[in-house]
Amino acid sequence: MIAMLQRLGHATLENIRGVGAASIMLFQALVGKPQPLKMFPLLVRQLYVVGVQSMLIILISGLFIGMVLGLQGYTILVDFGAEQALGPMVALSLLRELGPVVTALLFAGRAGSALTAEIGLMRATEQLSSLEMMAVDPLRRVVAPRFWAGVITMPLLAFMFSAVGIYGGFMVGVQWLGVDDGAFWSVMQSNVEWQQDIINGFIKSLVFAVVVTWIALYKGYTAAPTSPGISAATTQTVVYSSLAVLGLDFVLTAIMFG
Amino acid sequence: MTTRTMELMVGVFVAAAIAALVFLGLQVANTSDSTRGETYTLVAKFDNIGGLKVRSPVKVGGVVVGRVSRISLEGEYYEPMVEMQISTRYNAFPETSTASILTSGLLGEQYVGLEPGFIDDFVEMLAEGDEIPNTNSAIVLENLIGQFLFSQGDE
Amino acid sequence: MENIVEVKDVYFNRGETKIYEGVSLEVPRGKVTGIMGPSGCGKTTLLRLIGGQLKAHRGQVLFDKVEVATLGRSDLYETRKRMSMLFQSGALFSELTVFENVAFPLREHTKLPESILQTVVKMKLEAVGLRGAGQLMPAELSGGMARRAALARSIALDPELIMYDEPFAGQDPISMGVLVTLIKELNKTLGLTSIVVSHDIHEVMSIADHVVIMANKKVVAQGSPEALQNHDSALVQQFLSGAADGPVPFHYAAKTYHEDLLGHENAPQKQGGSS
Repeated sequence: MIAMLQRLGHATLENIRGVGAASIMLFQALVGKPQPLKMFPLLVRQLYVVGVQSMLIILISGLFIGMVLGLQGYTILVDFGAEQALGPMVALSLLRELGPVVTALLFAGRAGSALTAEIGLMRATEQLSSLEMMAVDPLRRVVAPRFWAGVITMPLLAFMFSAVGIYGGFMVGVQWLGVDDGAFWSVMQSNVEWQQDIINGFIKSLVFAVVVTWIALYKGYTAAPTSPGISAATTQTVVYSSLAVLGLDFVLTAIMFG
Repeated sequence: MTTRTMELMVGVFVAAAIAALVFLGLQVANTSDSTRGETYTLVAKFDNIGGLKVRSPVKVGGVVVGRVSRISLEGEYYEPMVEMQISTRYNAFPETSTASILTSGLLGEQYVGLEPGFIDDFVEMLAEGDEIPNTNSAIVLENLIGQFLFSQGDE
Repeated sequence: MENIVEVKDVYFNRGETKIYEGVSLEVPRGKVTGIMGPSGCGKTTLLRLIGGQLKAHRGQVLFDKVEVATLGRSDLYETRKRMSMLFQSGALFSELTVFENVAFPLREHTKLPESILQTVVKMKLEAVGLRGAGQLMPAELSGGMARRAALARSIALDPELIMYDEPFAGQDPISMGVLVTLIKELNKTLGLTSIVVSHDIHEVMSIADHVVIMANKKVVAQGSPEALQNHDSALVQQFLSGAADGPVPFHYAAKTYHEDLLGHENAPQKQGGSS
């Protein structure tokens, strides 16, 4: 019993220590004299790796999720004779919830795990130590551009996801199942608010972007420099990011729409 | 991968994101909201506002001309007071107009229905901050049933 | 003779494990210093202490008479520009070509115009015999070539001190020979000071002017190679001759063989007892 409590206490302290260390890491990476000339090429490279390479999976997933929403929504709404509400249903589900959340989950799996593995491998092959010995701060050189790239790209990916998803819902609902074209868009427009839905969805995905990228970078930076260490860190990135995203989503939803 | 192609791809990526945002803005959300842009305020007192909420639409003949911006209780008798933002494009409601709280469909949301009144030489137009004197309150179903039963008892 | 690095009575633990208990040594300027010792005696740790990546728990590490551990961040980074380290794996940046790897420290720390930078990088690559390999990616290099490319990178800023971490480990005899020659030549022509951490006795003894032998968390001997050949310590002699058993025991510390095989009833009930 005492041993169990002690283990619980130990685990709690370890977690708090981890959060503290992660905060210090992020702080050191981002604070300091900005060097836009040096940063820009690095940032472009990371935007490519983190953003462009995640685009395809985001677009395809968005399209299919939108199509499924269209199909499921139609079968439910048609029973109430309310198939005109398909437009707002698809649009609101995507903009408020699925866009930010699914994008964040896919991003954690696609880009987050890659970031962790890459930085973990740089640690294992002593590239980070080597940077330090060359008087270059790896936090600012390696961590900072990746962080900004993640924070910039994820909301953009979420917009693409929602847009493609709504188009998928339109294809299934209107072109296949025969919901009226005009009603689909006009009812959607009268129910979707720029401020309430699109901006709030953007804020959500911005928060998720910070959290997921941060976890991925921290896990990579502190990974044990061995193959099991890196594989464990990669797994942890995906698990922790997913849990954090889903938990935060509830909190944010409660604040924004509650 | 050369820097040039990488920059090109990042450009494509950002352009796609902007296209998505424009699509969301123009096609999905109601940015062409009539309450966008210049508005003026009208107020109306009701006995009962039913399920009216802030941001509920204000309609004239089914066309949205504004939105409810504030709901409060005013005066000695705690009368519900509804404040509305009306688009300045529709700035010529006479003071004989009527505001009613109506329901769209059987189960739909409640909205304020504005009905422009008659105009003659003595009637002035409503301006910023004016009160609409004639109002019809929301119909509360329970009251309606009560009245119906009461009138049945009379016969 | 002036010392560029002085380590004075350093204690260092990693977690519960004691790595050093009172290590003192000197690295004379302009010479090749070999640091030798059995695997796992913390030779790499010593280099990280000098580079300021780790801090000693007690004692001092001086670089050019300044204590490394007390330096602030920017002073430490300035100091690091004067030293460089060749890592065991080479630690080349895998996403940059060999040329860009060598150019990296120059691009970071100097504002040389591109034409001069190109010339400097070509000179450094020429010095290690890889001028033709500039456009290759690190993954396309053999182990020996990768280490030479990393060497070119570490001399890019003309440091005062180069630390070689196990430069000969896992090399075939030819690339080993190349590296030995390179270390000696670079030290002479560029006026560097070199620290070579290794357990390849033969190679180190052939290039070093000063040799430090570490074992059991301490420095057991230091001096010129000739002096060490005639050192009277049994430990030094065991290490230099490579005998399997001696003061550094062949067996990991354990209870006696007899007890372990026969004395089950006396054996502590520790095995598997953590569940």
